Amino acid sequence: MGSGQTTAGELWRRLQSGEITSTAATTTALDAIATRDSQVAAFVHVDRDAALSRADEIDARRKAGQPVGWLAGLPVAVKDVLCTRGQPTTCASQMLAGFRPPYDAHVIERLHAADGVLIGRTNLDEFAMGSSGENSSVQITRNPWDTTRTPGGSSSGSAAAVAARMTPVALGSDTGGSIRQPAGLCGIVGMKPTYGRVSRYGLVAYASSLDQIGPFATDVTGAAVLLEAIAGHDPRDSTSVNRPVPSWTASINEPLRGLKIGVAQEHFAEGLDDDVARAVRSAIDVYRSLGAEIRDVSLPHAKYCIATYYLIACSEASGNLARYDGMHYGHRAASAQTLLETFSRSRGEGFGAEVKRRIMLGTYALSSGYYDQYYVKALRVRRLIRQDFDAAFAQVDVIAGPVTPTAAFKIGEKTDDPLAMYLSDIYTIGANLAGLPGISLPCGLTPSGLPVGLQLQAAPWQEETLFRAARMYERETDWHRRVPAMVA
Amino acid sequence: MYDVIIGLEVHVQLQTQTKIFCGCSTAFNPDQPNVQTCPVCLGLPGSLPVLNREAYRLGVKTALALNCQIAKFTKWDRKQYFYPDLPKGYQISQYDLPFSCGGHVDLVLNADTGETRRVGIIRAHLEEDAGKNLHDESGRGRASGVDLNRAGTPLVEIVTQPDLRSAEEARRFLEELHALLTYLEVSDCNMQEGSLRCDANVNLHVHQPDGPKVATPIVEIKNLNSFRFTEQAILFEVDRQWREYQRTKQTIRDAPKSTRGFDHERGITYPMREKEEAADYRYFPDPDLVPVTITDAELDVIRKTMSETPAAMRSRFQVDYQLSAYDTAVIVAQGKPFATYFEQVAQSCGDGKQAANWLTQDVLRELKERQQTIAQFAIRPDVLSALLTRVLEKRLTIKSAREVFVDLLQSDETPTASRIDQIVAAKGLAIVQDDAAINNAIAAVIARNAKAVADYRAGKQAAIGALIGQVMRELKGADAQAVREKLTAALTDGPS
Repeated sequence: MGSGQTTAGELWRRLQSGEITSTAATTTALDAIATRDSQVAAFVHVDRDAALSRADEIDARRKAGQPVGWLAGLPVAVKDVLCTRGQPTTCASQMLAGFRPPYDAHVIERLHAADGVLIGRTNLDEFAMGSSGENSSVQITRNPWDTTRTPGGSSSGSAAAVAARMTPVALGSDTGGSIRQPAGLCGIVGMKPTYGRVSRYGLVAYASSLDQIGPFATDVTGAAVLLEAIAGHDPRDSTSVNRPVPSWTASINEPLRGLKIGVAQEHFAEGLDDDVARAVRSAIDVYRSLGAEIRDVSLPHAKYCIATYYLIACSEASGNLARYDGMHYGHRAASAQTLLETFSRSRGEGFGAEVKRRIMLGTYALSSGYYDQYYVKALRVRRLIRQDFDAAFAQVDVIAGPVTPTAAFKIGEKTDDPLAMYLSDIYTIGANLAGLPGISLPCGLTPSGLPVGLQLQAAPWQEETLFRAARMYERETDWHRRVPAMVA
Repeated sequence: MYDVIIGLEVHVQLQTQTKIFCGCSTAFNPDQPNVQTCPVCLGLPGSLPVLNREAYRLGVKTALALNCQIAKFTKWDRKQYFYPDLPKGYQISQYDLPFSCGGHVDLVLNADTGETRRVGIIRAHLEEDAGKNLHDESGRGRASGVDLNRAGTPLVEIVTQPDLRSAEEARRFLEELHALLTYLEVSDCNMQEGSLRCDANVNLHVHQPDGPKVATPIVEIKNLNSFRFTEQAILFEVDRQWREYQRTKQTIRDAPKSTRGFDHERGITYPMREKEEAADYRYFPDPDLVPVTITDAELDVIRKTMSETPAAMRSRFQVDYQLSAYDTAVIVAQGKPFATYFEQVAQSCGDGKQAANWLTQDVLRELKERQQTIAQFAIRPDVLSALLTRVLEKRLTIKSAREVFVDLLQSDETPTASRIDQIVAAKGLAIVQDDAAINNAIAAVIARNAKAVADYRAGKQAAIGALIGQVMRELKGADAQAVREKLTAALTDGPS
């Protein structure tokens, strides 16, 4: 990668053709981590020796003329919510400090099978709850474009690692925007697939009906390459859907003729920063210049997205995080004398403030007497939001808009104002509630040099449309080749 | 004075090979804790449940046998509470849309009068079992442990209407349920292994002098793990509530439902510590599982694979084999292998009544003495049938047949039909069919017993008994009826 001029997609093609070895690519990544991660703090765990020996083993196979998997030795970083056998899997929580799962997540198995090289585990908001990475109990990851700013979250480490060219690709998870939002704020590509496209088996759950694993990459092709490696049915996840996985990389350079792009006025309403709006509108102009038809669409229930999301996500989280009780694994309070104290003190000590806030919100929403007016009502609104999208996608192929209302914000700027923090996911949450695929790709820089992201969303299972549409734009622009100063 | 009102909640482990949401074995294995576990039933971070469709199928079979409606659409809910044996902090269960509801079981209260009690089934739902907390009982204060081998075993929870009116009826209901579930092969109902566990809700409706009845506070007796304990606990509880009512006059409006345990050694119920806070399980649909649907065609397939219920078998046996209600009840209550054994013998020898007599007396006695099940019993149905056929064909007396039966069991040789004939031949037990031989024996006995003959001829009818006995002994095996006829004729007509 060197100066960062080689994109993930290009690197992958060179690895596949044997033009470059996995050892070289892995060494480049590890060296970049050694040089830059002290400023970025993206990684919570790096095992240099293991990565290099894995790369070496893949190279040896290639040299011996044996088959090499889809990823051909491509370095991959993974968000520290994906269970990996024998490796620390902490979710950036003190609750799971020292926890090493005895099994691999489905996507980790797939990465192994595809000959990806796992180079390290990346930081996140504790249990993926947050929009800035600041809720990590381990460290605060910094935005490589401006280290006084957050990279976004919750997949803060994966996004920052790719942006700082410490890895060509990374995996994240997206529950309300946790891939697309940090990708947007870090000037890289991030994609949330259709709910059910990627098995959640081994993804430490935050909100089960919204969580989906997806790729980060420096370019659209890189994201498609990584998603192709991990997508597909897994019988161990009941919500994983048995549908064929198209070869996105094969079709990615074919422009879409007669592409109809929807623009929702709800995405350009109050609260959207002017610089962001300008960059996104000019990206839409690029599509227009490529022959796309731009249409207005309406998402009338978009204004309820945040409230709906926090009720559903927190309700599910309150259940999903009940297993961390100090009993079987993870943190156990040393001072507890009784069973009740063991539960309450272990949880009191092990969880951070935002996790506790969401568990309490969810517990409240599910409580007897409140269930109907909060949880059940949120489910009804969720259905309306999905219907908005269904109606929109009856008219257009993709909906284009901003990823976030503003570019990257300062570290500490929103930590005392949870509502302001929650609003940074206002444009991304809809796709989670409706189960749609969405992609974030770089479409400009603000005058102060911060990346702006363009979000494209499509109907369920239309990842191919998203990849091709995103690639159409990417070919016309060079935003994806811009790198932070620390890389150049 | 008062009516006893009882409703039961019964948890039944379904006999699947693997757990309800993962592939771990359901075998009972208390000696090796936590070996039948995986990330899913341990509730490890990131693990996900997947329904074992066989558990659902067995659940549907159970519900159909309970005459329940099967929901076309059912879903899974999380029942949330903290406990060490509950590794996820919630139990996957069913809340507002159980897979079945609205059935009944007809309990025969009196086999002779045919009096029955219809016990309504409110619902039957599926859920996963919890693990087991293991406490140090040595008194040395060692740490407690948790065994999760059982966690994730499929359970059906069956909730009855408060239709039972006595402790005995409650026991009878459990016995009937036991028979039903074992006949259907949906559960082994092994109570020692906790495959069937029961909670009983009990209160009294006390008759008032002026007419209306007053209900006493409801008590739930938890974790009753035998039929006898259930009966004992309810008997105790009824008495306790009656005494309590007389003392305090408290009614259902004065006290909330309370929970009690049963100390079977002392035969008493005792108050259990109430939960620290009012239980709010915060049920909500489990987003990790997809709803389950079933079509009429699939239901038909399950119906077709269902074997006969004990109740159906009882009425059929009464009709097909002309058995008494009592005999059918005894046979069916022994379990399906026994009933099947009976039916094989009855069909093969052609006399159900005879088969029933042998099964309910001789075979049951031997099984009890030998502590065997019918499957272990050395005399197989074809051999017993061969023995009974010889009786029916009047080739062997019942008395001789019993002797052969005992010999078959005591011999080291495998009982077979030809073995029967060997024993009969060796002991000379075959009924003498030869008239001349019988007449000779009669003549000999008459000659030897002048006094008895004279007594009989003088009108002392009873004297013939001793004479018949002697003839029979002489012959070693003969049709008693034929001997009586010939002897009577000889005494009446013949010369002295």
